[in-house]
Amino acid sequence: MSNVGECMMELSGDERRVDSRTIYVGHQSGPTNEAFIPPKFCDNRIVSSKYTVWNFLPKNLFEQFRRIANFYFLIIFLVQVIVDTPTSPVTSGLPLFFVITVTAIKQGYEDWLRHKADNEVNKYPVTVLEDGRRIRKESEKIKVGDVVEVEEDETFPCDLILLQSTRDDGTCFVTTASLDGESNHKTHYTVPDIETDLEALSATIECEQPQPDLYKFVGRMQIHKNNQDPTVRSLGPENLLLKGATLKNTQKIHGVAVYTGMETKMALNYQGKSQKRSAVEKSINAFLLVYLCILVSKALVCTTLKYVWQSKPGQDEPWYNEKTQREKDTNQYLKMFTDFLSFMVLFNFIIPVSMYVTVEMQKFLGSFFIAWDKDFYDPEIKEGALVNTSDLNEELGQVEYVFTDKTGTLTQNNMEFIECCIDGIQYSPRDRSIEMDVTDGPVSKLQQRAGREMEELFLRALCLCHTVQVKESTGQDQDQVDGHVDQVDGLGVDEVLDESQEQIGFIASSPDEVALVKGAMRYGFRFLGLESKTMKILNRNNDVEMYDLLHVLNFDPVRRRMSVIVRSGSGDTLLFCKGADSSIFPRVKKEEVERIRMHVERNATEGYRTLCVAYKYLCEDEYAQVDAELREARLALQDRDEKLMAVYNQVETGMSLIGATAVEDRLQEEAAETMEALQGAGIKVWVLTGDKMETAKSTCYACRLFQRSTELLELTVRTLEDGGRRREERLHELLIEYHKKAVQDAPPVKAGVRRSWASTNQDYGFIIDGASLSMVFNSSSDSSSSNYKNLFLQICQNCTAVLCCRMAPLQKAQIVKMVKNSKGSPITLSIGDGANDVSMILEAHVGIGIKGKEGRQAVRNSDYAIPKLKHLKKLLLAHGHLYYVRIAHLVQYFFYKNLCFILPQFLYQFFCGYSQQPLYDAAYLTMYNICFTSMPILAYSLLEQHISIDALLDKATLYREIGKNAMLRWGPFLYWTLLGIFHGVVFFFGVRLLFSNPALQDNGQVFGNWSYGTIVFTVLVFTVTLKLALDTRHWTWINHFVIWGSLAFYVFFSFFWGGIIWPFMSQQRLYFVFANMLSSVSAWLVIILLILLSLLPEILFVVFHKPRSHHARQVISQCLLPAACSAVMPTAFACLGECSTSEHPNLCA
Amino acid sequence: MVKHEQESTNRPDNTAFTQQRLPAWQPMLSAGIVIPGFLIIGAAFIGIGVALFVTSQSIQVLEGPVFFYYALSNFFQNHRRYGVSKDDNQLFGDTSYFTSPSSSCSPYQYDSSNKPIVPCGSVANSMFSDTFQLYQVVNGTNKLVPWDGQGIAWWTDYSIKYRNPSVTPLQNAFNNTVKPINWTKPAYELDPTDSSNNGFINQDFLVWMRRAALPNFRKLYRRITQGDYAQGLPAGNYLLNINYSYPVVDFGGRKKVVLSNVSWMGGKNDFLGIAYLVIGSLCVVMSVVMLIVYAKFKFPDEE
Repeated sequence: MSNVGECMMELSGDERRVDSRTIYVGHQSGPTNEAFIPPKFCDNRIVSSKYTVWNFLPKNLFEQFRRIANFYFLIIFLVQVIVDTPTSPVTSGLPLFFVITVTAIKQGYEDWLRHKADNEVNKYPVTVLEDGRRIRKESEKIKVGDVVEVEEDETFPCDLILLQSTRDDGTCFVTTASLDGESNHKTHYTVPDIETDLEALSATIECEQPQPDLYKFVGRMQIHKNNQDPTVRSLGPENLLLKGATLKNTQKIHGVAVYTGMETKMALNYQGKSQKRSAVEKSINAFLLVYLCILVSKALVCTTLKYVWQSKPGQDEPWYNEKTQREKDTNQYLKMFTDFLSFMVLFNFIIPVSMYVTVEMQKFLGSFFIAWDKDFYDPEIKEGALVNTSDLNEELGQVEYVFTDKTGTLTQNNMEFIECCIDGIQYSPRDRSIEMDVTDGPVSKLQQRAGREMEELFLRALCLCHTVQVKESTGQDQDQVDGHVDQVDGLGVDEVLDESQEQIGFIASSPDEVALVKGAMRYGFRFLGLESKTMKILNRNNDVEMYDLLHVLNFDPVRRRMSVIVRSGSGDTLLFCKGADSSIFPRVKKEEVERIRMHVERNATEGYRTLCVAYKYLCEDEYAQVDAELREARLALQDRDEKLMAVYNQVETGMSLIGATAVEDRLQEEAAETMEALQGAGIKVWVLTGDKMETAKSTCYACRLFQRSTELLELTVRTLEDGGRRREERLHELLIEYHKKAVQDAPPVKAGVRRSWASTNQDYGFIIDGASLSMVFNSSSDSSSSNYKNLFLQICQNCTAVLCCRMAPLQKAQIVKMVKNSKGSPITLSIGDGANDVSMILEAHVGIGIKGKEGRQAVRNSDYAIPKLKHLKKLLLAHGHLYYVRIAHLVQYFFYKNLCFILPQFLYQFFCGYSQQPLYDAAYLTMYNICFTSMPILAYSLLEQHISIDALLDKATLYREIGKNAMLRWGPFLYWTLLGIFHGVVFFFGVRLLFSNPALQDNGQVFGNWSYGTIVFTVLVFTVTLKLALDTRHWTWINHFVIWGSLAFYVFFSFFWGGIIWPFMSQQRLYFVFANMLSSVSAWLVIILLILLSLLPEILFVVFHKPRSHHARQVISQCLLPAACSAVMPTAFACLGECSTSEHPNLCA
Repeated sequence: MVKHEQESTNRPDNTAFTQQRLPAWQPMLSAGIVIPGFLIIGAAFIGIGVALFVTSQSIQVLEGPVFFYYALSNFFQNHRRYGVSKDDNQLFGDTSYFTSPSSSCSPYQYDSSNKPIVPCGSVANSMFSDTFQLYQVVNGTNKLVPWDGQGIAWWTDYSIKYRNPSVTPLQNAFNNTVKPINWTKPAYELDPTDSSNNGFINQDFLVWMRRAALPNFRKLYRRITQGDYAQGLPAGNYLLNINYSYPVVDFGGRKKVVLSNVSWMGGKNDFLGIAYLVIGSLCVVMSVVMLIVYAKFKFPDEE
């Protein structure tokens, strides 16, 4: 091993990127007198801030103008500055400036907070050992290789390799709550064989380059002892203390910094998630494109007509309106171009800068309602919902597919040991006796009890084969526990005491393990804890048994099992292995399997989680070999996992099966109701689980995803092996058969009424397992593969529920991806609670994390996190529905109000010689979107409940009405656009007809062009605001305040703006125009007339449209009743009469 | 205690606002509201429409006070280039802008000898210059109908928005400037009869400076409010003497004069009355249609 350095040289030579780093502990170079070049690493400064004081302005501006919308407005602004345009640059510059400033202030503030947080971390005083002295330093000054001292309850300032702990057994406890939310104490180990005197320690560490995976670390340490060959120790994640984690239950540790600053795993993990974009955003962009086309074509039409008009004699330059010299000199084509630009500028308000701000504000503020909702508050974990991104609020109202994890999501992940089976005989702890009793019942009574030896072996296996820790407790507690133990000794077990005893903490990464250890405890075997590699067990005779823990072969989802190798007090070396039946059965003696399999399968059908336990003796030679192989694999720097896996697989063979356990995982509260509501809402629910088919199937039945009448189509290893032919052939055959059943023979189903036809129409459920799925995906020939995939997809889409079991995490994501990219690109939602769900949470359009027991990884990667599955119902049916309706209306309304704002200005060009004369005053142009019409729609988009929340929750079918982006499709868009055009035309021509005689005052005086514009603008502001008022179905005081307040503000502002001779303004165009307008009765009358004329069709539409949609709803609800209407349409009216009174009044809206 | 605190910090506030349960008025456009609503609106509109129509029809020349308008067609006062060609600072009486008019007035900023034009710009330069006298032919003699050039412009225009420089005599303020090219008289001599009606607050000038909204427009010229004609022009023969100086043929325009009285709704305009009548009738018709529809189908949500 002395040539590691050489190896490294070679490596670095071979590959462009060096994939390991060498660290000199305490900056002491090795004994070899090579030229010591201190490698360069980054310092320990955490920089999460984006800006400094100096680069804030340019960098922030640059980033803001990279957004296409802002850039567009900047261009418009620049055109206004450069070219002689009709409106002053202020009109578009001011809103842009406002938007940019607000955003910059917000980002600056956020960055300031980050600076503060960074400083707090970076300036935190730490103790570093340098030349044997303890030196206080600021955290940011730590360099790679420094030996750092950390005391209890301090957080680690950088990623450290644990060298020394004050605990005797060379361990320390750590909680990573701030990293992944797991609040349990994790044990970390010192590197073995380290001298106690750290000053004298001379060692180098080689480890991989920083990578973000929190749970992976490979490295090795060479310890140089005065001219001996260096000893080499492997380093794994158990030696690495992560920055951000906190030291617990340990007085003090010393560690050497390996990754610092931005290279720590914590920092690497905070780098962004991929951006998800909602369907609404895509719609906005599409509409934007349409409006851009309208804008360009308007400008083109005007430019063309201008030159056509000018070509007529006397029009271009009448005597009263001569051109300036400069105008005359300008090149004709350049003039045409600037004219085009001028028209663009004149009409550019059709794409409002404020829409982006309003949409962002709506999303940001709106998402608070999710976090605030007390229905999402779970008293158990004392937390409510969490919103990680507000960009996807409306997507919650569009979900078509829900992919749910089973364990911890549909079920509680609150494991309870139900029973076990030892050597084929069933045991149940129900009678709570310390003596192990065979379950009462005729079957078991007849049977013999398994041999006592077997029983004890099984229980020892349960006690040893795990990674559970006993929670450290204070001395007092310890005494109490001891007291209990004494009582246990006395045999008369009090149940209450037993319970409280069980309460004392076991901490494990998986609740199954705790359940098993507790289960063993009920049978009299207590796990006392692990101390310096020795596991202590209190056996039935109340003797303490000691086992040396030699190796832990960790659990992983691919192997689906874990093992420990222990040495008993008597010197035997034993391997205990527990895992899923499918992964254990092939590895034990065939004849043992049958007796147990029956139990396992029965337990699985009852919905229990089953694990099989096996063991084997290792003789000295065998163990020595295994030990060597394991050590070697652990030292490997490259492909360590693969090598380890190979060794594991090799060791875990030829075992003997002892028994099996059954653990119950109860359904989540209201799981069935939630699933039913989702299905009622037209959402298809797919269950993706790593669990066994039988277990998963029973869960599906329990939560009513499968009904008794559902015909199950199975595509699993078992059905594939039926008939004894090649799997591929069978797969093909089954797929074709199922496709025929579910797709071809089934009548085309309408999304709305599937459930109601249950009597005539067969419900199908589809079940597939991981192995079959990978066959479908990776079929031998490419053509058939895509074909299979299609068949599979079509079958699934025609099934009411789909169950995918035995899924690896990546397969879950694969399925989500497949559905996501299928025809019609449906909106998908994934919900899960564990690390194995992260991939599908990230893949789906919307990822929901459950704040469950399996750590916080799912929550961290999710878009929204809720405490329980039952909250999904309200999140989708109420919040999602409302958010969608709100933002859809917001978007349509914004486009509409700007269309009818600019259309009169466009029409005016036909009457002013296409001279780009603005119809409205600059103040109105600027303020329209910022002040006069922005607040009502914002309030609407935050508060509107067109249907009350209770009604939405009551009738899940309402969710279907907004499915498939119903309010933002081209149909509604066309409706709003036509409405905008209608209003614009009414405004303009209504006033135009009035102005056929501009003498509108009773004193015979005439109105000019600004009066014209002001009348149009007044009608406009009132109409668009009242149009929104008409659409508002939920008038809170805020709506009243904002709607009437906006109108009042408009009137007030107009008086103010026209009431003063404004200093520093070159023109006083609106001076007293508004007041004069109000003094004219005709102006009043025309304003009232035009507002009413514009809104009348809308009112008629609402009145006539409402009963029809009401009908449809009633028909559906009628048919959803068990007694279905036999002939729906002809009797619709009759039905209506009957069920009307029971209807919720709000539904009529 | 700690537990309690933690709970209170994490638990969402249970307020009506945060729970989206603010008390709200939930209006419904049901037939019970809409049908009577339409009827009322319809009736009101028909009422207003009738009043407007009758008023508009009753507007005649012969009842006073009579207003005299001149009208131009195909004259683009609302052209942008035309509209910006003035200097509001000049017109506010700021003499510093007399010597250096705003460049927006170009090409009527300086005259050919580079003297500043006051008032500068196209708008002022193209001021309507025809003058009229109206005579009643009584027994073969022409009797001048007296009329009033006051009160034809907005009060705020001649009182506040436009101002003459506070120099007496006014003429001195215009030293070293020239009158607009097309003008025959300088600004301070626009009204020889009334010295307070000169300069920038001359009401004919102000009427002209308020740009018309459309290319066909009329502007108030005089009000007939005095003497025998205050109650209207009696029937008889009248003679209009037109001092024709304003060219309109070049740009294809036409000139017109209008004699009209005004009512509370302003000048004669049938549009409003007809529009009110039509929409009012529509409302009534719609309410009847709705009534029939609802009566026939008896929609259940109406109780």
